[in-house]
Amino acid sequence: MIHLFKPKRLSFWESLNAWIFVSPWILGFILFTGGPILASLVISFTDWDIVNPPQWTGLGNYETMLSDPLFFQSLKVTTLYALVAVPMQIVVGLFIALLLNTKIRLIGLYRTLFYLPAVLPIVSVAVMWRWILSRDWGLINWFLSLFGVYGPGWLSEPEWALPALILMSLWGVGAGMLIYLAGLQGIPTDFYEAAKVDGAGRWASFRYVTLPMISPVILFQLVVGLIAAFQVFAQPFIMTQGGPQNSTLFYLLHLFRNAFEFFRMGYASALSWVLFMYIAILTLLIFRFSAAWVFYEGEIRNE
Amino acid sequence: MAAITQRPLFNREGAKARDIDWVKVLAHIILISGSIVFLMPFVYVVSTSLKTAGDVYTFPPEFIPDPVQWANYPEALTAMPFDVFFFNTIFLAVGRIIGLTLSCSLAGFAFAKLRWKGRNTLFFIVLLTLMIPVEVTLIPRYILFSKLGWVGSFAPLLVPGFFAENAFFVFLFRQFFMTMGQDLIDAARIDGCSFIGLFRRIIVPNAKPVFAVVAIYIIQNNWNSFLLPMIYLTDRGKYTLALGLRLFNEQYYSQTHLLMAASVFVILPIVILFFFMQRYFIQGVVFTGSKG
Repeated sequence: MIHLFKPKRLSFWESLNAWIFVSPWILGFILFTGGPILASLVISFTDWDIVNPPQWTGLGNYETMLSDPLFFQSLKVTTLYALVAVPMQIVVGLFIALLLNTKIRLIGLYRTLFYLPAVLPIVSVAVMWRWILSRDWGLINWFLSLFGVYGPGWLSEPEWALPALILMSLWGVGAGMLIYLAGLQGIPTDFYEAAKVDGAGRWASFRYVTLPMISPVILFQLVVGLIAAFQVFAQPFIMTQGGPQNSTLFYLLHLFRNAFEFFRMGYASALSWVLFMYIAILTLLIFRFSAAWVFYEGEIRNE
Repeated sequence: MAAITQRPLFNREGAKARDIDWVKVLAHIILISGSIVFLMPFVYVVSTSLKTAGDVYTFPPEFIPDPVQWANYPEALTAMPFDVFFFNTIFLAVGRIIGLTLSCSLAGFAFAKLRWKGRNTLFFIVLLTLMIPVEVTLIPRYILFSKLGWVGSFAPLLVPGFFAENAFFVFLFRQFFMTMGQDLIDAARIDGCSFIGLFRRIIVPNAKPVFAVVAIYIIQNNWNSFLLPMIYLTDRGKYTLALGLRLFNEQYYSQTHLLMAASVFVILPIVILFFFMQRYFIQGVVFTGSKG
């Protein structure tokens, strides 16, 4: 974009080849991404069950949303999950990565163990954890009973269902851990030596070297984690069906029901657009306030 | 994308020996207890899958089944056509590998190694689409495929793959190709090699690791994928393993020993693949996080 007017001779043949090579992506973008995004905006102004022709309703769907208690409930559940689960995933993932980044034996084995749960299919994980979280026979409540604690019905009590899903999500922190580990290993050792010369202890080294150097990775994981939180679907769908008392009614589950159980395509499209805007605003806010805590080494990139 | 190697968090050349030991011991204790916590769900599920129906509901749980009921596996796996589900999952994975690697690598090549007007603008759009959540395109796509009469077939899951629907893979290929030397490419051009020939004879043979990473990613995503197959594959004969397991979960809700056997069966191929191809799994994830 920067060099657009810089006189540079571009070969026609090379350009033609390039356009041919990217043409599948361009077509795919128009048909499956860009087009659908615009279409979903238009559909959100209609009532449409697919079978019958759509009825134009203007802002009707958005008005319906304001009086839909389940919309607010799903927004609350998903936001709460994002606010609690994402920071917890970051802290736990970073903590394990820090431990593995000390010169320790068996690092490969530990890395494998912590990462393995993250690659498993989510449906299996959900089926397995429904059993692990079972009130009377589950692993978690057995563990609590060792300390004399009588565990709750994790998935059957409204106040415990969301915490249970958050707890379960921590089992999958392995992917984040790998990313932090790679980031930690990219920090030049000179920095630690310099900190040491200045008399910094372990905590000071962590606070003034490790944390600033790893902050761009944390920012990236924060944004990725946020977007992922708003796409949680299989866990509530299989484990709780959004219950009990809608305490795990995640946004995508609510959207899915409207679209594919009630065939309210217009309303579901409106839900998807509101979510899109919501995520965009949250991401912008995160970036806006990231300047205060994210440290970028080196020069500003030009492209 | 170098593999993760060991490097100390602190330079400890001057540190006292006692100090190092203390931290290491503590790290080991935390890591070992952490590993146990991470492994216990597996142990519990596998042990449940090998118990008789009567032994499942005991408290405190027994972790070593007695007797070991291997018959749970054949019973669970024949209760539903898991062989068909398995084949369907593989079929989709292969189809998506062909479509996505082909279309995404070609686009990545054009973005990385060819000079043309519009390149930066289009690549910026590729990066933007990385941020779009699945919900936003879900409904219009469904309507499109339903109007085409494709709902109920594999087409809605396979066809977009041939149109580079995964922006992340385009990005991944582009980044990898960027690191490849220009000399080899210039030399081939001077020798009169066409652009597609250049791609086939120079780029692809030198980029096998990134193709492996992408293929592993697709297999894993495909095994994991649930929402889209559930919307499009309405006929049980076309179910994937994830859909089959979900159906099994509904119909054998109370037969926990069989349900756990089925779950173990569904995760097993990915676990095996993970142990053999761990390097590629790790490279892919590390690359995701350290982009720039």
